Amino acid sequence: MWSGAEQEALWLSLIVATRSVAFSLPLAVAVAWVLARARFPGKGLLDGLVHLPLVLPPVVVGYLLLLGFGTRGPIGHVLYQTFGVRLAFTSWGASLATAVMSFPLMVRAIRLALETVDRGLEDAARTLGAGALDRFVSITFPLILPGVLAGAVVAFAASLGEFGAVITFASNIPGETQTLPLAIYQAIQTPEGDATAARLAILSIVLAFSGLLLSELLARRIRAMTTAP
Amino acid sequence: MIEVDIKKRLGAFSLDVQFEGGEGVTALFGRSGAGKSSIVKAIVGLLRPDAGRIRVGDMVFFDSNVGVDVPVNRRRVGIVFQDGRLFPHMTVRQNLLYGFERAVGEKRISLDAVLGVLDIAPLLERRPVTLSGGERQRVALGRALLSQPQLLLMDEPMASLDEGRKAEALPYFEILNSEFGIPILYVSHDVGEVVRLASDIVLIDAGQVVASGALGEVTARLSLPQGAEGFGSGVVLECRVEASDQEAGLTSLGTPIGRVRVALMDRNVGSRLSIRIAAKDVALALDEPRNISVQNVFRGRVVEIGEYPGYIVRLKLAVGEGFLLSEVTADAARRLGLAAGLEVVALVKSVAIGR
Repeated sequence: MWSGAEQEALWLSLIVATRSVAFSLPLAVAVAWVLARARFPGKGLLDGLVHLPLVLPPVVVGYLLLLGFGTRGPIGHVLYQTFGVRLAFTSWGASLATAVMSFPLMVRAIRLALETVDRGLEDAARTLGAGALDRFVSITFPLILPGVLAGAVVAFAASLGEFGAVITFASNIPGETQTLPLAIYQAIQTPEGDATAARLAILSIVLAFSGLLLSELLARRIRAMTTAP
Repeated sequence: MIEVDIKKRLGAFSLDVQFEGGEGVTALFGRSGAGKSSIVKAIVGLLRPDAGRIRVGDMVFFDSNVGVDVPVNRRRVGIVFQDGRLFPHMTVRQNLLYGFERAVGEKRISLDAVLGVLDIAPLLERRPVTLSGGERQRVALGRALLSQPQLLLMDEPMASLDEGRKAEALPYFEILNSEFGIPILYVSHDVGEVVRLASDIVLIDAGQVVASGALGEVTARLSLPQGAEGFGSGVVLECRVEASDQEAGLTSLGTPIGRVRVALMDRNVGSRLSIRIAAKDVALALDEPRNISVQNVFRGRVVEIGEYPGYIVRLKLAVGEGFLLSEVTADAARRLGLAAGLEVVALVKSVAIGR
């Protein structure tokens, strides 16, 4: 039923999105923590910067990434010269693009969870001898885990669906950067591509639904641990 | 031993307190908003004083003169919060062991000892959300004890419990000090709790210490300072159960003012407790009356006399090695010719003596 190209697009999308979430999650937790807890000059600026991809046209984000991470951009140049790593027009580049685009969603979910954590519990842990890192690992993180999971799932879904930033920064190379939305776009552009487009669209819907269900299930499990009788 | 001498401005409120606490249970007593919680936070390290010094045992926690400020997690102060603050994602066992696992040095207090004293062994595998208020506070207490503290702070640990739960939890708090030998600072605005638990008291009002000392001594003052109105007028006496007569339905207590007979108590001979004798329950006579129902008759001497609005006269009497307060009408005082130095007989009904 599925053609090789379609399967390829599916796998590629999953890989790109998984990588994107895996690498940005720790950073998102750190940034969310800083935004929720720290007080420093320029915090508003950081907040704005993190949220920028949410309000900018994705194409602009892709373009900015090209400027920065293209082989001739300041960061891309260094990466290429020192490590031989090229991001533009590669699947890693696609992951970077989706990570940047979904980052604000992830940070928002985690930050929200952090803001609802009872600081009194952390104080109690402090009086019981727990240092800062210990406290985060043993108290804060388990308590925000539902929020972290929710953020990861939303970001994963957004990564699967990211179009503008990916096509601009990583281009539309079948097998390398052609994720589901890009494949759908191409199928629509192609004569007799309607069936392919429809099948890929259905696949996207199924993926999105499974993601939502999974996150709801996990969140319920965790909530049950902390609140159920 | 604990020594606190701190200053702190918090908006319009300013805290400026000096006091010491002993090896027993010291009550930090005052109205809400008097500054009790700020003092507790400063001792535990969650609030940094503007200036001053805090010492517990031989460890200086804070000293603004030499720039010492020991981090919260190294102070080894166990604290029981009003709301318990058990970790919701952990079982009771994990909660109890949280501080235990992080304690350094010799561990004098074992899990078994705490489980036994607090009766919480059956709760070990439960989650905090499933516990009743009283159970929660007992677990919080156990968790604090197991962190091997050199001082236990209790910030109104029973304020969120209803009367029934409170009565259920009080006995556990009562035996702590003697059982584990850890000095306790007990914050409360409940007179009953303080009388039952504390041996010393520090009275706080509007960010200042207005009185401090042994509970019996402070409560024997003719006029209590502002903030202590809750105590009304009456002395607290530390007693030892001397004998219980099942037949007569009476328990005899050895107190600084002599033997006091009260209605039968469910207490072992030799155990220690405190009672409170309200000034309005102490009647005075010049001669020892005969054929009366009153069980407690003491010979004493008027040492101080004060007049108060409403035609009431309040007197401080020296009885045995202690004191009693008595309130009589101004008319009665005139008829008996009550004056400082006069020998009198004080009468206290057994049923009027409460704990």
